[in-house]
Amino acid sequence: MTYRRFIFTITGLMLALVLLALGCLVFGSVNIPVDKIMDILAGRGSGNKAWDIIILQSRIPMIATAALAGAALSISGLLLQTTFNNPLAGPSILGVSSGAGLGVAIVILAMGGTLGGLFGETLGSNMAILVGALLGAGAVLMVLIAFSAIVRSNTMLLIIGILVSYLTSSVVQLLNSVATEEGVHNYVSWGFGNFSGVSVAQMPVYAGIIVLSLVGAAFMVKPLNALLLGARYARNLGINVSRTRNILLLITGVLTAVVTAYCGPIGFIGLVVPHIARISLGTSNHTRLVPATILAGADIALLCSLASVSSPHGIIPINAITPVIGVPIILYIILNRRRIQYFN
Amino acid sequence: MGYRNGKNTVTLLKGLNLNLEQGKLVALLGQNGAGKSTLLRALTCDERPLDGSIEVNGRNLQEMSQKDRSRLIGLVSTERIQAGALTVTELVGLGRQPHTGFLGRLDDEDRVIVRQSMADAGIIGKADEYMASLSDGERQKAMIARALAQQTPIIILDEPTAFLDVASRIETMRLLQTLAHDRGKAVLLSSHDISQSLMLADELWLITTDRQVLTGTTRQLVASGAMEHLFTNRDIHFNPQILDYSF
Repeated sequence: MTYRRFIFTITGLMLALVLLALGCLVFGSVNIPVDKIMDILAGRGSGNKAWDIIILQSRIPMIATAALAGAALSISGLLLQTTFNNPLAGPSILGVSSGAGLGVAIVILAMGGTLGGLFGETLGSNMAILVGALLGAGAVLMVLIAFSAIVRSNTMLLIIGILVSYLTSSVVQLLNSVATEEGVHNYVSWGFGNFSGVSVAQMPVYAGIIVLSLVGAAFMVKPLNALLLGARYARNLGINVSRTRNILLLITGVLTAVVTAYCGPIGFIGLVVPHIARISLGTSNHTRLVPATILAGADIALLCSLASVSSPHGIIPINAITPVIGVPIILYIILNRRRIQYFN
Repeated sequence: MGYRNGKNTVTLLKGLNLNLEQGKLVALLGQNGAGKSTLLRALTCDERPLDGSIEVNGRNLQEMSQKDRSRLIGLVSTERIQAGALTVTELVGLGRQPHTGFLGRLDDEDRVIVRQSMADAGIIGKADEYMASLSDGERQKAMIARALAQQTPIIILDEPTAFLDVASRIETMRLLQTLAHDRGKAVLLSSHDISQSLMLADELWLITTDRQVLTGTTRQLVASGAMEHLFTNRDIHFNPQILDYSF
């Protein structure tokens, strides 16, 4: 029964992925007729140079960026929720995203460039920013590991995550005060979150790191399932718990850092999507949860992306949309926690 | 044996020399804080003993890999688990992890063992139910089935009958007795349930108030008066008639 539900859910999510991707291809701030889009996709060209560029260098990269970002953040959330045994954990609420953001801010400032998510096209500056994001996310994860050993309460760990976010944003504010006006503007717009920041040239690095990390997460399903029983049972099942935890947090850190560096600190997706996957599958078995979370994450991110171009008055920031989708779901989960199996 | 608490070392038990034999159900008794859980944690290598060694069939347990240990000792503890959305079959299937490959996939043989373990633990009727929907007693049976699926010669249980009503307690104890006697497993459990342990266990390990561990059968320990040294409270006394304590 559960297997049929899995197949059904995965098929539905894939179908939604295709439809949403098509939606993102067709709808945008510039109106391009569908038949012309088909011509461009078929390699014939639409006869309108601007349209060709919009589809091939803006919309298609944006679709890929959004889908990968959604999958990456959602898997980060899932790994954090299992690792910390905390259903309300997620990369943004635990401050991992803000840590990555701080890393980005410091690197950009140190390189003397403008502050914000503006990437140079050179591989070197790309790498420097990625490393900055990675170090920032890593530092926050270390803080979380240290505190999780001391405070046993789930709620306290969430509060520590929120405190870390405040602290990093205050450091960023301080950095902003010494940055140029343009830098500040860039930083603020980066903070809105957007999926159009990855160019075709940057795509291999961005996509490569995310896909590799997602594959890595898929290989961790066995220890992840053991961790559902807590550290002691996992050890009894032959799992090296501290090593597993480090690998899981490394994957989380890399995924969150890459997405944050390129797309800004995107909230809610990482927290909400694992719950969508669990509720629609009716299981916390990671063998089925990991693929469903990846697909659902991609779907939700594309949905946000589609919503962001839905206004006739210009682009709506992604971070203005994610709470609208995320908050009702979280409230539903909190209000129904007695009826949802995985809380019991 | 004991634990380190920052710079302080708390020694709970010293000079232990305990033997756990195949085919026997052994109950570990002692008052709260006596060191039952710490002793069990040391035996499952969740904590290092301050000194000394633990050997299974002549092999040092602490020097084994985690994987090898997981094939020797199955554990049922009181820790809260996050597995409400797993079915009983899925949960018991996790017990196969020491025997499965990298991704933890179960083959046909594993599935047969999982079903057999659920049948042995008397939980097969709930095989497709969510863990969240089970009663405390059924949950405990599912956890025991999980340990059975691990197919270890030793099963260690930390207070398996806590939180259970009398009927489930007796059922659980009888189940463990069967596992020891009919399957030849060495079963060690800690318990606060004195009379049942005394009636059903083949051997008792008593942690006395002067931090000794006395071992023997119920008959031997009752006859030696050892039962009087289990609790610090001088107002309660062991009553051999009911195999329990009273004022």
